[in-house]
Amino acid sequence: MNRLTKLFAAKPRDILNVYFTAGFPTLDSTVAVIRNLAEAGADLIEVGMPYSDPMADGETIQQSSMKALQNGMNLKLLFEQLTEARRHTQVPLVLMGYYNQVMQYGPERFVAAAAAAGVDGLILPDLPAYEYERDFREIAEAADLQVSFLITPQTPDERIRQIAESSTGFLYVVSSSSITGGSSEISDRQRAYFDRIAALDLPNPKLIGFGISDAATFRTACEYFNGAIIGSAFIRALGGQEDRVGEATQAFVKRILEPSYS
Amino acid sequence: MIHTQIDERGYYGRFGGAYIPEMLQANVEELRVNYLRMLEDPEFRREFDLLLKDYVGRPSPLYYADRLSQHYGAKVYLKREDLNHTGAHKINNTIGQILLAERLGKKRIIAETGAGQHGVATATVCALKGLQCIVYMGEVDIERQAPNVARMRMLGAEVRPARSGSRTLKDATNEAIRDWINNPEDTHYIIGSVVGPHPYPDMVARFQSVISEEMKWQLAEKTGRDYPDAIVACVGGGSNAAGAYYHYLNDERVRLIAVEAAGLGVDSGESAATSQLGTEGIIHGSRTLLMQTEDGQIVEPYSISAGLDYPGIGPLHAFLIDAKRAEAVSVTDDEALAASLFVARQEGIIPALETAHAFAALDHMSYGPEDVIVVCLSGRGDKDLAAFSAYLESQPLP
Repeated sequence: MNRLTKLFAAKPRDILNVYFTAGFPTLDSTVAVIRNLAEAGADLIEVGMPYSDPMADGETIQQSSMKALQNGMNLKLLFEQLTEARRHTQVPLVLMGYYNQVMQYGPERFVAAAAAAGVDGLILPDLPAYEYERDFREIAEAADLQVSFLITPQTPDERIRQIAESSTGFLYVVSSSSITGGSSEISDRQRAYFDRIAALDLPNPKLIGFGISDAATFRTACEYFNGAIIGSAFIRALGGQEDRVGEATQAFVKRILEPSYS
Repeated sequence: MIHTQIDERGYYGRFGGAYIPEMLQANVEELRVNYLRMLEDPEFRREFDLLLKDYVGRPSPLYYADRLSQHYGAKVYLKREDLNHTGAHKINNTIGQILLAERLGKKRIIAETGAGQHGVATATVCALKGLQCIVYMGEVDIERQAPNVARMRMLGAEVRPARSGSRTLKDATNEAIRDWINNPEDTHYIIGSVVGPHPYPDMVARFQSVISEEMKWQLAEKTGRDYPDAIVACVGGGSNAAGAYYHYLNDERVRLIAVEAAGLGVDSGESAATSQLGTEGIIHGSRTLLMQTEDGQIVEPYSISAGLDYPGIGPLHAFLIDAKRAEAVSVTDDEALAASLFVARQEGIIPALETAHAFAALDHMSYGPEDVIVVCLSGRGDKDLAAFSAYLESQPLP
């Protein structure tokens, strides 16, 4: 059974999904980051495929992507690293990245390599629904890879239902109209948006992302749906920690899950 | 005959579409469902035509270049977009888009710019309509196109430097897209070329199509037939070329010549000749030809011309070149500089560095003495005087 399905069945609440950019801070830190995230209690890990032109990302992920590419990261190497990580942990892994890289790798070849490396899901934010249904859905389903789509405060209800229908994985609830890397308290307007989505009563598990940066915002997000996604805040915590990736990773997760920890 | 209009999903053949994250969907969808209806509205048409006439100064002349004609042994006509208000074709599009933005109730305008011509044209229409204007421009371009930065500021626009990547047009476009994601309600993004997600390539081509619309009757008046044998235009994203080709796309009697920037040479590693160096992929929301590595990382292009220094090409042009309807020619920095000096001294016209690439392409073409060639003179060269002066100093004294 897909590890994501298993996770959402076993743990319907308080899921902590942590994003990091593969190859950051160092080329060979990918496995250590995954192992330490899982050991410290992350339930799900989103592995970013670094891209030269990440148009939906703020400065933090832009810079980690550029650093990872300078370090020499590429998809072939990433699949090798993920295969290695799978020897140590059964934590669900989701690959996230811009579609151009998948297109160049070849969708069939990409899906096969991801599945072989033990990946459970994909998030390809700039792959449109029509092209997904035409070119991608079948091959992803055949490989048992779950595909997650994003919804935002601007997405109309009718479109949310269509997207939920296309999503074979969890729904990625973008918390606010912004690029990644923001951090502030969750506002009344956002709460109203979360309530609106909850009222749609969709079958998909839902995780809130964008602007979730600390224990407080994580707790608030968990009140609404199955859990939340933290990305840029973790990348910032890894910055300058090239020599102690494991400790920095564990400390970060503890700060989210055990607010008394400092 | 090939089908040169987009299909219902915004594709020219297999090029185009809208590869955008959900965060951009609402903005792009609002444009998609409204742009054709608004463009066809008689009141919109009336206001657009009036501004093009009285404010921009259209129609732009079609000028018979006698000395260039003698030199090349063909009838060379210049479509004088350089005589438009603000000095380039870019204003045709910004006038159209500002009227659209106004009708959509937008209060804040953003734009990207390379050479600064689109930035100036955007700042101009924002001043005209009293709307806030923010222009993203690569740090490298801010330096090499200083006169246009000063003009934008004079017009009340805020110029924000793009500091990521190669710090040129591609990165300015990324920054503008990020701004639009962060401002999904009150902001309109005026893209300056026939690039980006559907409906931009089609919308911008329609606004620029006034160039070939005028060429038709101007050629009929001057030559007795309403089509030329060839149209030569420079292509970065490709908006002046799209406008100059538009009404001839299905007229196979007309050769369409797309001139790209080869930089230091197509194989030098410092080039922006997308159709030769590019492969199919996605850039700025559009499936097209782009310069990229095997892994799908976008390559940083190079050209002396900030307006052609772009690793992609509009999906219409990718389609036309792929279908062999348009012929791509590439021109180096040095050839473009030599051509600008030559045109200045033959015709008393200093072309923009972008346009100089189109002139240089005349050396790469063959034609008969009765052939009618139209060069789209997309912009004037005042902004490039620093580059021209350096070039003049490097030349042996006459």
